[in-house]
This record gives sequence, C-alpha cells and structure tokens, in this order.
Amino acid sequence: MALDDKHEAEGRVFKIVGTRPIRPDGIDKVTGRARFGADMSAPGMLVGLILRSPHAHARIRSINIAKAEALPGVKAVVTRADFGNVSDDDLRDILHNVMAHDKALYDGHAVAAVAATSTSAARQALKLIEVDYEVLPHVIDVDEAMQPDAPVLHEGRSDETVPAGMSANIMHRFEYGHGDVEAGLAAADEVIERSFKTAATHQGYIEPHACLASMGPDGQADLWCCTQGHYMVRNTCAGILGMEVSQLKVTASEIGGGFGGKTTVFLEPVALALARKSGRPVKMVMSREEVFRASGPTSSTSIDVKIGMKRDGTITAGWAELRYQGGAFPGSPVQFGAMSCFAAYDLANVQAIGWDVVANRPKQIAYRAPGAPMGAYAVESVVDELCGKLGLDRLEVRLKNASRDGTKAAYGPRFGRIGLTAVLEAAKAHPHYTAPLGPNQGRGVACGFWFNFGGDTCVSLNVNPDGTVGVSEGNPDIGGSRAAMTMMAAEELGIPYERVRTTIADTSALGQNDVTDGSRVTFAVGLATIKAARAAITIMCARAAKIWGIDADAVVWEDGHAKPAGPNAGKFPPMSLAEIAAVATNTGGPIAGHHEVNAEGAGVSFAAHLVDAEVDPETGAVKILRYTVFQDAGKAVHPAYVEGQFQGGAVQGIGWALNEEYIYGADGRLQNPGFLDYRIPVASDLPMIDTVIIEVANPGHPYGVRGVGETSIVPPLAAVANAVSAAAGVRLTELPMSPPKVLHAIDAARG
Amino acid sequence: MVRVAIWGSLRAATGGRAEVEVEAANLRELLDRLAEAYPGIQPQIDRGVSVVIDGLVYNDSWFTPVRPDSEVVLLPRIVGG
Amino acid sequence: MTQIHVSTKINGDAVEFLCEPNETLLDVLRDRLDLTGAKEGCGTGDCGACSVTVDGRLVCSCLMLGAEAEGREVTTIEGMADGEVLHPLQQKFLEHAALQCGICTPGILVAAKALLERNPDPTETETRYWLAGNLCRCTGYDKVIRAVMDAAAQMRGA
Repeated sequence: MALDDKHEAEGRVFKIVGTRPIRPDGIDKVTGRARFGADMSAPGMLVGLILRSPHAHARIRSINIAKAEALPGVKAVVTRADFGNVSDDDLRDILHNVMAHDKALYDGHAVAAVAATSTSAARQALKLIEVDYEVLPHVIDVDEAMQPDAPVLHEGRSDETVPAGMSANIMHRFEYGHGDVEAGLAAADEVIERSFKTAATHQGYIEPHACLASMGPDGQADLWCCTQGHYMVRNTCAGILGMEVSQLKVTASEIGGGFGGKTTVFLEPVALALARKSGRPVKMVMSREEVFRASGPTSSTSIDVKIGMKRDGTITAGWAELRYQGGAFPGSPVQFGAMSCFAAYDLANVQAIGWDVVANRPKQIAYRAPGAPMGAYAVESVVDELCGKLGLDRLEVRLKNASRDGTKAAYGPRFGRIGLTAVLEAAKAHPHYTAPLGPNQGRGVACGFWFNFGGDTCVSLNVNPDGTVGVSEGNPDIGGSRAAMTMMAAEELGIPYERVRTTIADTSALGQNDVTDGSRVTFAVGLATIKAARAAITIMCARAAKIWGIDADAVVWEDGHAKPAGPNAGKFPPMSLAEIAAVATNTGGPIAGHHEVNAEGAGVSFAAHLVDAEVDPETGAVKILRYTVFQDAGKAVHPAYVEGQFQGGAVQGIGWALNEEYIYGADGRLQNPGFLDYRIPVASDLPMIDTVIIEVANPGHPYGVRGVGETSIVPPLAAVANAVSAAAGVRLTELPMSPPKVLHAIDAARG
Repeated sequence: MVRVAIWGSLRAATGGRAEVEVEAANLRELLDRLAEAYPGIQPQIDRGVSVVIDGLVYNDSWFTPVRPDSEVVLLPRIVGG
Repeated sequence: MTQIHVSTKINGDAVEFLCEPNETLLDVLRDRLDLTGAKEGCGTGDCGACSVTVDGRLVCSCLMLGAEAEGREVTTIEGMADGEVLHPLQQKFLEHAALQCGICTPGILVAAKALLERNPDPTETETRYWLAGNLCRCTGYDKVIRAVMDAAAQMRGA
C-alpha cells in the first residue's frame, strides 16, 4: 500500500485496546498457584540427571554405563547410542548438542543421562558412569578460533561462502552493502575506525529449564515443559526420537522467562528417551550451574567499525566487520548483527561483513534481538565519537541521517512506514535530554532497530452457551500477551474484557504455531485473534438474520450486538452476543470463529535510549542515574505491558554493558556459573526506567501493532557505553564495563 | 521479469551481479527460477532465506504474488529471540 | 539414608513430614508438601525466588534444611492471601503490572511483606536495597518498586 495511505484503524475509537486491565493469569501468579516447568509431578515419577563433560574439548573414546545401570533405584541410563541417526543437519546439530556424539565440545556438554527413583540414587549413578576422554586442545576466543592453526571442532563444515585456506572453525561468511565505501570515506571530513569486543552473556531467566516426560508402551508420549514454543518442542523431539508428530503431545507450562533462551530444546529429548527406556515418567530440572554451562548464552564478539562524517554531520560511509563465535555448532546471529547495525541510517555507501565461527563453548541461542545489540554497540559508539569530535548534537546527527519511510535500508529493502524520526524527535524534546549533569557524569544516546516477523499462527475463538468467550492460542505467554489477546477479542466482539478468557492450548488442540519470539505474538496472534473474532461475528450475524428472517448481508455488528441494517433497520431489537449464544443450539449449533495463517506484514520497531551515568574515578564503579526509553510500538494494546518490555530490555542491556560476562579459565572451563559471580542488575543498582511510547501505526496489522519485545535491548549497550565514556573522559571499547576495566581505561588515559 | 536484489556474499553465485532478473509470479517461482539460473544460490536457499517484497518480510509463503514492478530483496532467514 | 520426622507449622497449619537429612526446606515444600509457590532459581541463596519467612524472619528456603523447620513457624506465598481476599501487596502488583513472567513474584511478595512489617514507610532507596536479594529479569524492577510503595501507602491508610 502507498506510504501515505490512511491506516484502517485511524480514527477508530478503541474502548478496551489502550487501557490497562488486570491480566487474566495474574491472580495465579501472585498467589503461587501458577504451575511453571518444575511444578508438575506424576505418579511413579523418576528423577533424571545429566552427566556432563568436565573438559572443554575431548574425544569420547568410550562410555561404560554397566555399574550405573546396576545401582538399585536406577531405571534407565542413556547415551548417544540410544538415539538413532538423524538426517536433517539442523536436527542433528541439536541432537549432538543435547547429547554428545563422538566429542565433548564444551565444558558442561551432556554425555549421558540417568533416571532413578530418587535424586540421591541418580547422583550416585552419575558417579558410576565411566567415561574415557582423550582431552584435546581447546579454543574459546573468537579471534583465536579464526586463526589457521586453531584447534578444530568440526572438519569440513565450512560452507561455500568461506574462502579456502581459512580456519575450519569458520562456518560462514556474510556480506551486504551498496555504493562505494572507499569513495565515501575519502569524501568525509572526519573518519574514525575502532575495534570493539563484547563478552558472552546469558539471558538470565530466573526459571531453569524443566520438563516432565512420559511415554506409554504404544509410543504415545506426553511432555510438560517450560518453553517459548511447545509446537517447536514437539516437532524437534519427534524428529530426534523418530516419532510421528501426532504421537507426542506437549503442554506448555507457565514460563519463568525466556528471552530467546527457551526457543530450542535441551532436556526434553533426553527426558523422553529416559521415559521410553524406563517405562516411567521422568522429571528433569537443570540446576543454575547447568543453565549457565549448558544452555544457550549469546555469542562473544569482536567487531571493527569505520565511519566517515562531514562537518555538517552527514555520514558519508559506514563499514563494519563483525566476528561472532556461536559456541560449538554453526549458526551465530552475526548476519542479523551485520544487517541491523546500520539500519537506523540512510547511507549511500555501506558495507558490513560477518563471520560465523565455532568455539568450545555451549551453542548459542537467541537473546532478544539476536546479534543486534553488539553490532549497535560498535556502530553507535563510533557515531557518538564522531559527534564529539565535530562538536555536533548527537540527536541532530541521527535525525539528519535517519532512515525514513521509503528509505532504502542499509541491508537492502525499502522501509515502509517507520517511526524512527518520531522516536528521535521525542527524545530531543524530552527534559531528560537537557537536564544538567554534575562532575564525573555523562549522557549517552543510542538508537536501535529490530526486524519483527509473523509466522505460523492458529487461533480458535469459541462462544460459550452463557455468552462468555474462550480464545485458544498456541503461544506461551512470556510478557503478558494473554491480556492483549483478551483485549483485542473483547474489542472486536464489543463485550466486556471480563467475559473473555484466553488460554494457551496444548499441541493436540491447534495446528502449527511458531515459537514465541521475534516480537511476534501481539502482532501475529493478535491479528489471528481479531480475524477469528470477525469470523465468529459473521456467523452470529447470520444467526440473527435467520431468526429475523432477513438477509445475512442486512445485519451489522455494533457494541456487542447484531443489529438489522439497511432496509430492515429498526425493525427488530438488537440481539446481544449472550442472547445469540443462548439459542446457538437451536439455530445451527455451537458458534466459533477460527483463523490460521502464516502471518506476514510485521512492522519493524525503532527505539532511542537516553542514559545518564556517573563514574567513580577511584573505583571505576558506574551508577546509572537516569534512563529514558523512546520506542515505536505502532499501537500499544496494553500500555503497561508495553512499558514493561521497554524497561525489561533496557535493564538487561544495562547488565550486559556493565557487569555480565562469561569468564573462562585457561582450562576452558566456565568460572562463574552462578548468580553471585554472573552479576545481573538488582533493584538497588537502578533508578526508575522512564518510558515514552510512540505510536506510528504498522500498516500490516488491523490495529497498527508493532512487536516491541526485542528492540528494547538493542540501544542500551551503546547508550550506556556512550554515557560511561563521557563520564570517564575515555572511550570504552570492551564490554562489560566492569569497575576494573573502567579504572584501567581511566588510568591508561591519565598516562 | 522481476528484479531481485542479491546481497554481497551471495553475488559470487550470480557472477558478481547485485541485481538479477527472473520470470516469476509468486515467491515460490521466484526462488525456483533463481536456483535454476544460479545454482550457486541453492545452498543458501536450503539454509533459509527471507524474501522482502515491497518492504514486507515473507518466510515460506509460496503463493505471495510478485509483480514486475515489485521491489524484491533476498535476505538470510530472520529469526528472533 | 534414614529419614527424619519433622513437626512444624506452615501458614498456620500444623504439618508433619519425613525428609532426608540433606534435603532443604525448599525441597520439602515443593516435593513433599506440594507447596510449589516457592521456586528454585539458583539453589545457592543468590536469587531470592525461594523466599519464605521462618518465625517471622525472611529466609532463603534453599539455604535451610527441612529438618531445621522442627518446632518453627513457616509462612510461604500460599499463606499470603486471606482466603479469597488478596493482600494489598498482591493487589497492587496486579494493578501496577509489576510482574511479567511471574517466577520471581512469590519471592518478591514474601520479601516485600517482611519489609513492610518492619518498616511501614520505606523510601524508594530502602525498598530497593531490601529487595536487592530478589532477582527479576523481566521487569527491570520499576513497576515492582512502585507497587510495593503504593501498597505501603495503602496499608498505612495514607
């Protein structure tokens, strides 16, 4: 559609969308009644535990499970030998991550598992498993892993994009760009080139992975687990175990945080294999240490950026090379880092190169806008430094170069309607931007971008005999989305919010649903909910028409009622949804609307963050004084939960910028697999996080909704680094900016 | 004919061309014709691509119409977190 | 391992259970008594998701042995509401949208209740420092702090 087309919702007065009702699952969560992954049990349940490699890289010569199997209380022991061959490359990598094949590829890699009648018996059994390891040299750092003489994890897996002669740890090379970067840099008045490094971090969800699996002798299985996508779990486990998808029913528990870290499987195939072998239900719960060592942290990165700017603030060229290690298997998000890092800028000359590298670390998985925060950190730091050097206002420069509606994005496509300039203008006008700063204090600004997308979605909306409505959807609720679905259904149907209840159905109840990720749920499931509601409305209008003996075309739906229209207007009193529901049986049967779609048309979401920080020059400690998030939500269905996404992402970014990192010893083992030494932000570290919701409607959604969950983590690394660099008087180019690092940089600058 | 923008590292398969033309009426035909004309693209298509048509991202929707004046850009398959 | 017989009081009710000597109070609550409101986030007393009170004192139940509950009074999240009537803290958490995934919520509510019993009028800083032992990864703490202070005001009759 043309960019100046009016949005279909423009001018619509919403009654429920945009208000702040209490979420439907709230009471269960404040009373402790809600059931999370580890809160389920079954009669005859066994405890499952995993034996993990203590070596960063080792060949597994043999595994002897006989003594473990013989221990009283032990009902099953599994290794890779208990899983068949998997032909699909991606599935095979997943299998070899959840149960090692011929090599242990990282400290914590699963090599065997037991199921026993008690935790103590299971722990004893693990000690009785004899593994013969041949320890191999390991490599942890991304740049070291790219060296031609680095220890190699997998031979022959570099794909066709990798030049011959490079390290076998390089899996893929990605490049995009247009224009002439060299010419652009030559035309600049100032060129800055910098290198940056970021450490691996973890999503840090408070709930460890947990599941309960059972399988009958007929091969029918049930799985209860905390996940962002129970359909993905079903399909992946069925593929790995050689089952048909319909034989496995997965129920998603309430989930205690995901952020991308629960978009794959870790325990689930193992629990099912143990359940199959023992003939009993098996419950598996990761310890916090296992979560850090053996789930999916982010990539650590090494990034070079070169940007040229004219004295008037025009960016003449942007260039970046990003090197990401994705742990022990291919698939780091370096491509998304490369594509998103320049997205906020309208550039005639741009090039970004990305390298996907493997290393002896746990396989990375998504963390909220995967790959984007690191690339943005590097680019936004250099833009900040250029502004400082040329004496230019940071927001003015971004406005001058901003991507707008119709801009050809740095990574290729033309943008549709986007909200970047609205976000930047809001930041510029906000009192935070001009508030005075004291000694050792600095202000940082950064923008961020994330794609968002749609995906497979099914919603079934059922009208109950008493006129209440049930909405069944297939996407685990990680941010309050059930409230948003309930609101959208109630809005369309014209009935009170309290008359609608949204549930997350198990995999037997609906068709395929993509994972809760990509900021897709309020967009895609919302769209499907609205269409399902409209489908139910069509049916209810037809029922009223039958009762009145008029044409179905001559009935409209208004304020929760079917009303005769056109030539019959006023002839019959309106029928409420409840009244129509009460006679559903008499007029044709139960009333429902459903919608299944591979949703397209997701809009991108831009954000800008402002942060004030204070540095203690004696200790290097950083205090966040003030933080404001400006982000385009398209249409905020439930503003409190949109604010929550802004605040949560910002704080994760603060932790990533200041304290969080995976620390490895010379032996390649993780040294800080716990919340004491992997330091996430606590309440006393932070001020209130102010939020400003911008709404530039997304043409692809009936209400204009854009996904917001991920963009909020993209700006903070750079915004905080820019603030700290300003406060400390020296540019920090390595994350996290923990006190020793900041102090070291200050001391080095002092000379 | 539909013009399709090819990203940098994929241009090795198209003889260095940043933009190619194929005859296609929908997304499926587009990818099939691209793979036929430039077999070096097949491994990437197998790994996964997102196709941006007139500014909107499409994953796997075979029958999404593509018009001769559509702006089509190939991207690596986008996933979220 | 021979199990130990323990008599205690939980949320006002007399309770007896058997447990192994090395079982934590958290394990007992969750696995033996079906009180799954307290959560294990770390097992090492760093995250506060397992918070309960023992004889009125805020405790990480993962750092206490089940056997140590003998003769004591334990209160958990399950005892916070009075039948159908929510505690003001629970109500304010809902109104302020102070929870997203909700896994840390039981621990934070128990800790916040313990705070307000000691200090009915805490400042924002006092509230933040008291809750520093309760990790939340979803909310950034903003709405949590607002909810606690609003509940405190309501309970003071302000």
